[in-house]
Amino acid sequence: MTDSVSRYDTPGGRGKSNTPVQDVGNIVLSNRLFYTCMIVIGGTYVLLIVALLLADAWYVVEKTAVAAADSADPWKSMLTDNPVSVALADPKIQYSIRLSLLSCTLSAVLSVIVAVPIGYILSRHAFPGKRLLDAVLDIPIVLPPLVVGLSLLILFQFRPFAYVARDMVYQIPAVVLAQFSVACAFAVRTMKSTFDHIDPRCEQVAVALGSSRAQAFGWVVLPEASQGVMTAFTLAWARSLGEFGPLLIFAGATRMKTEVLSTTVFLEMNIGNIEAAVAVSLIMVVAAVTVLIITRVWGSRETVL
Amino acid sequence: MIQLDNICIQAGAFALKNVSFSIPAGGCGVLMGRTGSGKTTILECIIGLRRVSSGSIQICDRDVTRLNPALRGIGYVPQDGAMFSRMSVRDHLAFALQIRRTPGKQIAERVDELSTLLGITHLLARRPAGLSGGEAQRVALGRALSFRPNVLCLDEPLSALDSDTRHEMCELLDTVRQQTQVTTLYVTHSPQEAEILGDRLLRLERGRIVEHQPLSP
Repeated sequence: MTDSVSRYDTPGGRGKSNTPVQDVGNIVLSNRLFYTCMIVIGGTYVLLIVALLLADAWYVVEKTAVAAADSADPWKSMLTDNPVSVALADPKIQYSIRLSLLSCTLSAVLSVIVAVPIGYILSRHAFPGKRLLDAVLDIPIVLPPLVVGLSLLILFQFRPFAYVARDMVYQIPAVVLAQFSVACAFAVRTMKSTFDHIDPRCEQVAVALGSSRAQAFGWVVLPEASQGVMTAFTLAWARSLGEFGPLLIFAGATRMKTEVLSTTVFLEMNIGNIEAAVAVSLIMVVAAVTVLIITRVWGSRETVL
Repeated sequence: MIQLDNICIQAGAFALKNVSFSIPAGGCGVLMGRTGSGKTTILECIIGLRRVSSGSIQICDRDVTRLNPALRGIGYVPQDGAMFSRMSVRDHLAFALQIRRTPGKQIAERVDELSTLLGITHLLARRPAGLSGGEAQRVALGRALSFRPNVLCLDEPLSALDSDTRHEMCELLDTVRQQTQVTTLYVTHSPQEAEILGDRLLRLERGRIVEHQPLSP
């Protein structure tokens, strides 16, 4: 027993069990400290996120209370005079909500349609220039948003784009295109990592069983990737909702025309209407969180089945 | 039958040179060798998932060296099963037949026949997620056999199973092989499996095939 222990303790010194094993110190305390640091550092950021949202909500609650106190019928006033209700009643903001929902959905759908083939090719095939292509696809993510907008504007000075510039620039299609340009890059990243995580063996089996590449993709790979497609869609949707810089330059900020929710916040802030700006921000928070929840619930249900 | 003539394979730093062997129609060749010796690589070349740099591969007297894997008619059972997670067991068995646009009635008959043969009738409605290792391999085997392939290629199909299940599966494989008379190439590193299943033993040693005497009939 002693012999076998000493052999492991002092490599090379077989039989000499005199050298004491070096103490590793207080491992329990060290481990606790490690996790405390991890939790404190991580927790700070989580708190920041929660605090941000709470501050918005609290601001609105405070304004509601003020409105209710001034009114003769406090309960009715609470429902109708709170900043969110006021914002929702404004036809300009109603228009902005409708355009946001429409343009974000369109741009997210387009993003997924484009991201699936790019992600698949990048994930499955090696070809010359692949690293370059991979880097190019990251450009919209790293480029300053204003530059994306300006570049789009400049692009539409040139033919063949110039032919449609009248119907695009400062029009609704520009909103979708500006959102799509950036959102799609995020969808591509998501789809690539989704396909990276799907075992290529499944496709190989499908091909050996007699299916064409398209059949293997449609019957085997795409169903496996469905959750990734949903994630890509959500990400692109949320990204589009938050898009602002490119929109301002490429689509403009014309009320009742190219005004989306982020533009509304900007316009309301500009005229000093912070209440409306915060109310619209809250509407955006609710929209983003709803989309997040829907996809998460959908995603987890899919895995259970 | 499966015949390989002077196959050379280059895959990065790994290379196999002048590999030749043949498995007669209805026979079962067992390809053995250490991990990393290139067993799976050879199997992938036969199936068509990997290109050979030279040499020829013939299946049932047809040169398939440059043929698309989908046209080779090989049933493939990979090591980990590679189940299609979004399909039911029934869909797995029907997959190759649906691809071939077989009428629904014939597909149903074939699924019945196969699931009875493999003892997976009670699993038909299930998804692969809940299946045990042995069950998954039965489904993978059924999927590979469904379109009555000329050749069946199995890549260490039992390596992830416990010894009892492995023995049971081994006997099942032997039964299936005798019933279907399908030419089989079986990759394994287990001598027991080789003994039960193989009638031609091929050992891959330092990039060369060493053929052993046929085992007891």
